[in-house]
Amino acid sequence: MTTTTSPQKTGSPAIGSQVRDYFERVRGGDLGALPAVIGLVVLCAVFASLSPSFLSPINFANLFTQGAGVTVIAMGLVFVLLLGEIDLSAGFASGVCAAVMAVLLTNEGWPWYLSVLAAMVTGVLIGLVLGVLVAKLGIPSFVVTLAAFLAFQGVALILLDEGTNISIRDETILAVANSNLPPLLGWAVLVVGVLIYAGIQLTQMRRRLGRGLLADSFAVIAVRVGALAVVSGVAVYVLNLERSRNPALISLSGVPIVVPVILVLLIVWTFALHRTAYGRHVYAVGGNAEAARRAGINVDRIRISAFVICSFMASIGGIIAASRANSVDPNTGGSTVLLFAVGAAVIGGTSLFGGKGRVLDALLGGAVVAVVINGMGLMGYSASVKYVVTGAVLLLSAGVDALSRKRASASGRR
Amino acid sequence: MSQAPVLELRGIDKSFGPVQVLHDVAFSVYPGEVTALVGDNGAGKSTLVKCIGGIHPMDSGEYFFAGEKVHVSGPRDAAAMGVEIVYQDLALCDNLDIVQNMFLGRERKSGLVLDEDTMEEMAAKTLAGLSVRTVKSLRQHVSSLSGGQRQTVAIAKAVLWNSKVVILDEPTAALGVAQTAQVLELVRRLADNGLAVVLISHNMNDVFAVSDRIAALYLGRMAAQVKTSEVTHSQIVELITAGRSGELGLATGNGASA
Repeated sequence: MTTTTSPQKTGSPAIGSQVRDYFERVRGGDLGALPAVIGLVVLCAVFASLSPSFLSPINFANLFTQGAGVTVIAMGLVFVLLLGEIDLSAGFASGVCAAVMAVLLTNEGWPWYLSVLAAMVTGVLIGLVLGVLVAKLGIPSFVVTLAAFLAFQGVALILLDEGTNISIRDETILAVANSNLPPLLGWAVLVVGVLIYAGIQLTQMRRRLGRGLLADSFAVIAVRVGALAVVSGVAVYVLNLERSRNPALISLSGVPIVVPVILVLLIVWTFALHRTAYGRHVYAVGGNAEAARRAGINVDRIRISAFVICSFMASIGGIIAASRANSVDPNTGGSTVLLFAVGAAVIGGTSLFGGKGRVLDALLGGAVVAVVINGMGLMGYSASVKYVVTGAVLLLSAGVDALSRKRASASGRR
Repeated sequence: MSQAPVLELRGIDKSFGPVQVLHDVAFSVYPGEVTALVGDNGAGKSTLVKCIGGIHPMDSGEYFFAGEKVHVSGPRDAAAMGVEIVYQDLALCDNLDIVQNMFLGRERKSGLVLDEDTMEEMAAKTLAGLSVRTVKSLRQHVSSLSGGQRQTVAIAKAVLWNSKVVILDEPTAALGVAQTAQVLELVRRLADNGLAVVLISHNMNDVFAVSDRIAALYLGRMAAQVKTSEVTHSQIVELITAGRSGELGLATGNGASA
């Protein structure tokens, strides 16, 4: 009965019609991750042609460790941006959390896991305070987090005794951004990951077809799984190449440990956003807060939780940054970190107007940001040029967002 | 047609501060019928509906649901009884698809995970039950729907929960001719499926096209509640504008203080 009277047709649409639907969406202004992917390809091609060392294995590995901190912060920012809010303090929040960890770890001699836990709890508390101020008091998030941006700089200075540099000597913490997985383990993680992804996609297809619902066709799933396998396969292969200048002295190969860390975070938050009622409510509040309220969703609680997640992710970003720098100083999480993180999220396709975005966007955008910084560094540009270019990239991506939104509302896809 | 009303209000008074908006209003809604609620701007239609929906508490009066006296102290009480209101601004999230909107705030879950398949099936069944064939895919974002389709989704959302009374606030106000016809057809079908439908409208053509009964409010008083077949267009207009029309309507014609 459902097959005849419902608007749904059973079975899978042809791959051609899915491709056509996709182009129609893009033309209608729903760009998704397209600008980030195109930008990534173009930037890589430009830098590779201008600077031969850009494509070297060691630089490829550097891209991951350089971009990791900013990407993790951007992943957290996605939640705040989804609500149409902003967290300008995420950068220095990460600095404060890193300082808490460094003080406990190095000065107080705490074990690494307790220090990390303390840093994460600090992040959660920061988010709680920001969220309550925004949601309950109704202060615009821009103002609250701008104030916090200033205040956290001061807090970091206090924690670090007015500006000393605390070095990190704990092996575990240092390993996060400086050590690699054994090459075989890298391959094993890749194979297991791709198989699990394929398994999830196929069981989902079978379940939906079994119930007579519209499902992705086998070809689409094959393309998706194949693309994932190829891209990640190439990445793992290159990362497993020997990249030490003097392999006899010290061998350097394998997937950096930050990569699986980021992937786990990506999976956890993507699951939360797309498979749980909580994630659905985040999108609803970002899309139409009044409708969400009438649907019985506690809008304030969703707002606060988004800030908590953002600051929590900032704390992880701070730990990664500290690991990479081998130390924490008052500038950890400062200067460009926040703008790069916001830029990463927006370049990836997260809208500044709320309601649209994915955690994966932060990863793609983070890759673009990392490539820009890295490539320009290789070409020997000064900091001044880097700032100008990165600012231009951020502005460009926000412009693309605004224009696609305009286009989308004109074509009824707002 | 001569069943007991599923929802009945008696002697409702409601004031906002010094302004009395509803005076001794009686209102009955019957299952399987469309009851049109008409009245000029400021006559108290919205206030009455919000009292029914539990958004405004009533100052005094009795509220009967399915023959039993009930006390509605909030929107949740009304929803629990099966009273759903579709507001004029629809309250849909543009960035979510049809299924997601229909289940917003009441998602089906298996464990921690959303049960998308069951929700999609239920949504498809509900839309099929309403003979809605205008939407291409249930996984379409609401932003890509026309005004009429949005109204359809909002109504289907209200019907999804085994509701007994569905109140529609000006469902055709912003629609074109063809879409208005579609929505009115849907309104008729809801009633034919056994629901009690309250239709708030300013458009007399709509009212006469689908309603079984007409309740006319005049300055916060119920001027008359009559069968649609027993009145004419102009009588209803008189009831709305003057509160009385011949035998029908308020005794003094101008009993309400502004």
